[in-house]
Amino acid sequence: MRPPPSVRPAPSPTRGTTAPTTTGVRATAPAAPRRARPRRAVNLPAGVGATLWLLVVVLPLYYILVTSLRTPDGYLGDGALALPGTLTLDNYGRVLGSGFARLLLNSAVVTAATIVLVLALALPAAYAIVRGTSRAVRVGFSLFLLGLAIPAQAVVVPIYLIITRLQLYDSLLAVILPTVAFSLPMSVVVLTSTLRDVPDELYEAMTVDGAGPARTFTRLVVPLARPGLVSIGIFSGLGAWNGFLFPLVLTQSPEQRVLPLGLWNFQNQFGTDVPGLMALVVFSALPVLTLYLFGRRHLLGGLTAGFGK
Amino acid sequence: MTTAVPALGRAPADRRRHGRPGALWAVPAGLFFTAFGLAPILVVAYLSLTRWNGLGDPVWTGLDNWRALRDDADLTHGIWTTLLLTALCWLVQTPLALLLGVWAAAPQRNRAVLSAAFFLPLLLSTAAIALAWQSLLDPNFGAAATLGPWLGAPDGNLIGDPDRALYVVALVIAWQFVPFHTLIYQAAVRQIPATLYEAAAIDGADRVRQFRSITLPLLRHTIIASSVLMIVGSLTYFETILLLTGGGPGTETRVLPLHMYIKGFVGFDMGYASTLSVLLVAVGTVLSVLIVRATGYHRMASDREGL
Repeated sequence: MRPPPSVRPAPSPTRGTTAPTTTGVRATAPAAPRRARPRRAVNLPAGVGATLWLLVVVLPLYYILVTSLRTPDGYLGDGALALPGTLTLDNYGRVLGSGFARLLLNSAVVTAATIVLVLALALPAAYAIVRGTSRAVRVGFSLFLLGLAIPAQAVVVPIYLIITRLQLYDSLLAVILPTVAFSLPMSVVVLTSTLRDVPDELYEAMTVDGAGPARTFTRLVVPLARPGLVSIGIFSGLGAWNGFLFPLVLTQSPEQRVLPLGLWNFQNQFGTDVPGLMALVVFSALPVLTLYLFGRRHLLGGLTAGFGK
Repeated sequence: MTTAVPALGRAPADRRRHGRPGALWAVPAGLFFTAFGLAPILVVAYLSLTRWNGLGDPVWTGLDNWRALRDDADLTHGIWTTLLLTALCWLVQTPLALLLGVWAAAPQRNRAVLSAAFFLPLLLSTAAIALAWQSLLDPNFGAAATLGPWLGAPDGNLIGDPDRALYVVALVIAWQFVPFHTLIYQAAVRQIPATLYEAAAIDGADRVRQFRSITLPLLRHTIIASSVLMIVGSLTYFETILLLTGGGPGTETRVLPLHMYIKGFVGFDMGYASTLSVLLVAVGTVLSVLIVRATGYHRMASDREGL
């Protein structure tokens, strides 16, 4: 098998004004004499490549959606990519009836708690790193940076040990604690760079007004850090919502199951009910899809938190 | 560090300390990260010297687990598979994401619409993606049955074929992660000043030349950053593989992290799994440090000098 049909290494137009010719094959003449509005050259190979990639992206999504609407007979008979003969919402109803609410609630709790904890822990730390004078904090910051390189996979065994010793095994808290810990390094780094952008004069002004660190924090740091807070809120929230490894290793019972684990369990339990599984996949993506539709900029910013600059 | 001029009439040191947050502000985050991020590294090193089945207490066995590495036939294969998969993923994803990112960064309307669709896989969790692809690749009812013959598998069995499985896994991973890297490249390209292209166009540089002489060199740091993420991130691919193939057929797609997971949480040999974990931590750290050093990324020299 070969790699996916890909954009061939054809030249892609870069940004802004490229060659002011209409064909765009080769702009040999320096600046055409009549300077009409430079028309953007059409880049055919790149357009074809991008369309091919679009096909690769959309086909599986189409499959998920269409399969989730098929009847059991339709799934077995229609062919995977054919338009379905009869559409049905039964699959969604069946999934809703088989404990979806529990999965949703658990995932929501884990996500919300992770976001709250990460924000509450990371912002004060970033404040101390940027404005503090303590040497210990600086050393601590480099440890956080080290943490960016630790793969969670490599430490699941000791985390399992720690969680069982804390008597937290098979609880939502068992999932929340390590999830927060592994969101912290990136969050602290992002918030630190946000706070570094705040002009010193603002801090000085607060001090001149007699404000202590606590007041400066609530009056100045929190409002000015808002863009960074939104970014890392989304970043850590997505990590918690999609997280699979920690729930897999640290929970067991159906009562503590979160959505990604629920997907796997559904497949293990009702292996042949693929339309049902796809309906569950669609359900699990709905909250993030809503965020994408109404706050695309924030969502994408949160995804690439740390690559802002 | 601040360089603010101290206010008049007060001793500078006094002024500077006043209103500053103490180390206490960083303590909660520090404790949290120590407990669940740093301490586990020490604990895993200790556990690698013990025998432990996940219940009860670990029993000290010295270097037994480390000696057992030698006799683990799956280990060599696992390391090889991990390296191969990482290389494959890099080779597939980097050119794709780079070109798509450059393409999507241009301001045309149709490109904005298409790239909104490009980012859709980002909305799905790893579990959702792996399970959707698994049914998509089902040789009987999935799309593989229809598309398989076109792709050289008349029986539609793409994922169950030992020679193809790893490539299929790399494709699924690319589907999941190319959008993310595209996003990074798109943002980076948008920061390249338009004047550079205008000047190049006046000098008669065509599109290929502009891409080679302006875009690529200025994206150097982004390429490095994205590659580091990919290589370090390749350890996380194991979730996809666990759900997609379970490491099969046979042990064909059993990468090192998955081998560790299976030993520890399926075979309950947590001591040996810890030994494998120590290897993972070491490999991950060495790899990132090497890349960062080799590329001079840590110096953070500006690639925009003179602009």
